[in-house]
Amino acid sequence: MEQLEKETDPKILQALLASRNDYTIEDALENEMILNMGPQHPATHGVLRLLLRLDGERIIGCVPELGYLHRGYEKMAENMSYYEFIPHTDRLDYISPMANNVAWVLAVEKLAGIEAPKRAQYIRMMIAELARIASHLVAVGAFAMDVGALTVFLWTLREREKILDIWDILCGARFTNSYTRIGGVANDAQPEALAKAKWFIDQFEPYLAEVEQLLNTNRIFIERVDGVGVISKEDAIDLGFCGPNLRACGVEFDLRRNAPYLCYNEMDFKIPTYTEGDCLARYFLRLDECRESAKIVRQVLEKMPQGPVHADMPKQVLPQKDEVYTKMEELIHDFMIVNFGINPPVGEIYHAIEGSKGELGFYFVSKGEGHPWKCKIRSPSFNNIQSLPKLVIGHLISDVVAIIGSIDPIMGEADK
Amino acid sequence: MGLEAYLKDTGFITTQVNAIIAWARKSSVWPMPMGISCCAIEMMAVGDPKYDIARFGSEVMRFTPRQCDLMIVAGTVTYKMAPVVRKIYDQMPDPKWVIAMGACTSTGGMYRSYSVVQGIDQFLPVDIYLAGCPPRPDNLLHALMKIQEKIGKTKASQFHNVPLKEEGVKLPELNVIQKN
Amino acid sequence: MDLKTLIPQKLKEKFPAVEFEITDYKDELTFKFDKKFVVEICAFLKSDPELEFKSCTDITAIDWATRKNRFTMVYNIFSMKHNFRLRLKADVDEADCKVDSVSSVWRAANWQERETYDMYGIKFNNHPDLRRMYMPEEFEYYPLRKDFPLMGIPGSLPLPKK
Ligand code: SF4
Repeated sequence: MEQLEKETDPKILQALLASRNDYTIEDALENEMILNMGPQHPATHGVLRLLLRLDGERIIGCVPELGYLHRGYEKMAENMSYYEFIPHTDRLDYISPMANNVAWVLAVEKLAGIEAPKRAQYIRMMIAELARIASHLVAVGAFAMDVGALTVFLWTLREREKILDIWDILCGARFTNSYTRIGGVANDAQPEALAKAKWFIDQFEPYLAEVEQLLNTNRIFIERVDGVGVISKEDAIDLGFCGPNLRACGVEFDLRRNAPYLCYNEMDFKIPTYTEGDCLARYFLRLDECRESAKIVRQVLEKMPQGPVHADMPKQVLPQKDEVYTKMEELIHDFMIVNFGINPPVGEIYHAIEGSKGELGFYFVSKGEGHPWKCKIRSPSFNNIQSLPKLVIGHLISDVVAIIGSIDPIMGEADK
Repeated sequence: MGLEAYLKDTGFITTQVNAIIAWARKSSVWPMPMGISCCAIEMMAVGDPKYDIARFGSEVMRFTPRQCDLMIVAGTVTYKMAPVVRKIYDQMPDPKWVIAMGACTSTGGMYRSYSVVQGIDQFLPVDIYLAGCPPRPDNLLHALMKIQEKIGKTKASQFHNVPLKEEGVKLPELNVIQKN
Repeated sequence: MDLKTLIPQKLKEKFPAVEFEITDYKDELTFKFDKKFVVEICAFLKSDPELEFKSCTDITAIDWATRKNRFTMVYNIFSMKHNFRLRLKADVDEADCKVDSVSSVWRAANWQERETYDMYGIKFNNHPDLRRMYMPEEFEYYPLRKDFPLMGIPGSLPLPKK
């Protein structure tokens, strides 16, 4: 206890003890225990730190401590141009980098008044959905691993590797892609990439069914997560839950449907919801969403229009490299954009997409300069973790692992 | 293809204790996956069936530092995280090695900002700097092989870290090995 | 009725004493008013059955560096009933760097305000647990203020000994 006191900031302990302030720290030692979980703990999905107050094995207080991965994104965004920040968005939610790329460019395009051509939008939709599948696969796998089913993790990672192979063909990087550009995408999607995506979607569903079979018939898994970490609809909205977690509480809210961006209103897909709001519902929901995403990708591949993948706005959209090397005009534009940025008009906007973890939004304040005056990243994981105390209190300590796994936080974007 | 091949007809081999200890150590490096951010995902990928770190005898990822001899620091280390990383390093038993995986851990990488440590070598001894953001899994395997090479070349008597000696920490007496 | 006309009308009816500065840029409605009324207006927007701004998406601040009122609080709120996003703003002066906390209205605001406090140093009255969100507690500066250098202040964050 003394050591904990020494190493933990008194204010954090205070917050932990505040729930029932008839105890002092000494008292707590006699009756209860304070347990430190993380930041280096395999089940905290990165560097989340939880301070738990235990009565026996039951949790009566929980204080999450963030910031172990605070990298200063917002400050950096204020110091670099809109183009320069695209690679940084990869590292926000590093399980689905493509979706973040899409979110960033859409926000900048809204600010600058650019519209990407149809084909680029379709490609973006495809990559965002594939990224969602990849992210949910990791989420489900890691969740299962946390509660003890290791095989599923290996299986889902194997599927995810196939998606990474698509990225590899598409943009040359398997993990941190930076594929989108303001006003389009970096390069046109090659036929091989599209063929590979098609192949992936076709073979994906049987594998998913296999995963499902393995887990759904596993009594240990089901009993471990059923009815654990329940949150009601009202609480979920009030506490800022978003994305799959919110839908698992019975709120049919999805920005793809409620505030359509790209061409989602041309797509036919369902928004799965569950009403239980527990870990099991969140797991089922992720699997269902994978299927819906696969459906969207299939439609996108069918309807993919031909045409350019860059908006024709030389002052704002980076020209293609082969043109830069051969044409004077393009060279000048390239120079101007790289050095001074795209200078969107004065104003402020907020644009959000339905990322794989929930509402991923960017709020910009522009003063007409090449870099944003203010850039706020609204990250879904941050808001999801906020309700963790609400979810874990009253449960056993081993359930914490399951609950964290089921809400799937990514510290890269929670800590920014 | 192992020791058995040599043992086939004679039943014994002559070698140095140094060599056999180094051989044993290098073929079973147990990594401590200090996964902090994005690079950790690629580190996970190394364990998956496609890249399969088990081929190198290192599939035993232990999350407790006390059972490991190789720390793979994968991810951006911030000032807030630095004491934690150091503490975990200190908890690992000697001999130990460190791979700084990715640009962030090596130099701060793309984060030239107020909260990111510009290279973990400011507070940790690092054996291998691994370039890339993130390094591909193949690259991490390469680093692992380099570490194995390094371990293979080290004599058993050199297997503890120098700073420990300087601080006057008493090392357990291992007569046979040390007086070799 | 269109929400873009309904909301200003309702607010003006309910709070005749408050001066609203209304902007509509790129289809995003923004209200700016005095920081004294933040909690009242937020509570009204949340509880009014015709509006139901039940989710608080995001709270942040802007540092204008040289303006008279140095900071502006920004609240991004969302009504799931109408699929409508609304932005509220209130100026905060550096000399009186305090705002009333809206965490009693939306519980989601708790951490978002803590983050704002951590990054800008704006204090929130009546906040249940006002601590730094990301930076260590002993850190003295506020990183997102414009006078804080990107690379930080050397020596302000300690490193363990080698
Ligand atoms: S090197 Fe790149 S991928 Fe690795 S942790 Fe740093 S930013 Fe992430």
